[in-house]
Amino acid sequence: MIQMKDVYKTYANGVTALNGINIDIDQGEFVYIVGPSGAGKSTFIKLMYREVKQSKGTIVINNTDMSELKEKKVPFLRRNIGVIFQDFKLLPKLSVYENVAFALEVIEEAPRNIRKRVMDVLELVGLKNKARFIPDELSGGEQQRVSIARAIVNHPKIVIADEPTGNLDPETSLGIMKVFEEINSKGTTIIMATHSKDIVNTIKKRVIAVEDGLIVRDEHRGEYGYEA
Amino acid sequence: MTNIEVNTAMKLRTGKRHLREGIKNIFRNGWMTVASIGAVTTTLILVGAFLALMLNLNQMADNIEDDVEIKVLIDLTANESQIKSLGEDIKNIDEVASVKFSSKDEELENLIESMGEEGESWQLFEQDNPLNHAYIIKAEDPVDTIDIANEIKGFEAVQEVNYGKDVVQKLFQFNEYARTIGLVLIAGLVFTAIFLISNTIKITIMARSREIGIMKLVGATNGFIRWPFFIEGLLLGVFGSIIPIAAIIVGYYYLENTLGDKISLSFVELLPFNPFAWQLSLIILAIGAFIGVWGSVMSVRKFLKV
Repeated sequence: MIQMKDVYKTYANGVTALNGINIDIDQGEFVYIVGPSGAGKSTFIKLMYREVKQSKGTIVINNTDMSELKEKKVPFLRRNIGVIFQDFKLLPKLSVYENVAFALEVIEEAPRNIRKRVMDVLELVGLKNKARFIPDELSGGEQQRVSIARAIVNHPKIVIADEPTGNLDPETSLGIMKVFEEINSKGTTIIMATHSKDIVNTIKKRVIAVEDGLIVRDEHRGEYGYEA
Repeated sequence: MTNIEVNTAMKLRTGKRHLREGIKNIFRNGWMTVASIGAVTTTLILVGAFLALMLNLNQMADNIEDDVEIKVLIDLTANESQIKSLGEDIKNIDEVASVKFSSKDEELENLIESMGEEGESWQLFEQDNPLNHAYIIKAEDPVDTIDIANEIKGFEAVQEVNYGKDVVQKLFQFNEYARTIGLVLIAGLVFTAIFLISNTIKITIMARSREIGIMKLVGATNGFIRWPFFIEGLLLGVFGSIIPIAAIIVGYYYLENTLGDKISLSFVELLPFNPFAWQLSLIILAIGAFIGVWGSVMSVRKFLKV
């Protein structure tokens, strides 16, 4: 599903973020990405949906070689990957409903299906009664959940989350993790970068640790391994 | 449903979605929309007024030029076959549009008519007409008048070639200057308008560059993002041309009815309100729509590279 071989990334300003990454993640896996800030977690994740292009090495996502992927085909790759951004990336002038519906409009879903699916997914994240609000009227945690709803509404094969519980209280975080586990149980691959020791150590999954642009640890049902 | 039917249905509802989004954006962007429409309005009023002026001046110049004709006085001693072959020769000049033979009797009649009451004294000459037969020639393009006249001078059986040499030369020169300057000014004005408006629109879109980035990250294609902007730009241009069009119609109507009566020189004649005001309105609408769409689509292009 996701394969990286000797992947390097050096940014235009000379900063080297990744120093030779090798990874193989299968369909249906649930993976935590852990590591200190600035270790390269975000870059590692951004490579998967082509917000960032590797400088060297091979990346294969969904059987597509990313170095051969044409610019025009990038949107179609992204439609199979739901991304939950650290800063939410909601469209500020659109309502909660419209933000989530946007992901379905993009794939030209029929309007009658859009309504039902958006309401279903808003119910799943507990925001059904706030569908008409705009992002500014919501708390950080609520915006986070809108972002999650948008990422999963079109049933992507992969869900990538960058610190999805960073702004949430423990109770809401647990709710979000339940949603992830549920869609994971239906076969969706989940990649989640996190700083939450509690979550990693409680809900045991594969743990990949990134430090200084290298993978230093990769274990099934692993521990967080850092002081919180 | 077949595949083609499904595809058409998808395109149709996506089209409807883009239309809806484009219209919604007009309202979502509030003051920025007002600013863009204001910029379009101001420039289109200028362009419109200027176009009206230029097209009228041009029309007047055309009128004057169309009145220019060459009169070839045929030698009194020329016989009928010489006159005929002279006519043929003149017709064979490429730039000549029409050749009309006017006998000396017709010439006299015209003269008497044009002189009004004084002309009566000329009636004495009806018995013994001292005038020449003449060919009256119009050029395909009035600018060629001088060349044609010079060529005819060399033909046989020609006594004199008249075309108001000095006046015609100065007139053509003046008209040419006027047209060139007008064209340059209009081009400059339209260019400035496009620049101004696309800048205003660019500012409104710049504020949305983050949104465009987000749309791309969610998997929207460039076309999907661009279409609502296209429609928004189109609407901005169309809305921006409403006031200028109203101003042109009212202003021109008023101008024609007041000025038209006061000036009654034959060549100073305003283009008739119908259809000119409507044609001009259509041009203004087209320019408005064009710069709206152009400004919008060009600005959005910059932000599509995510």
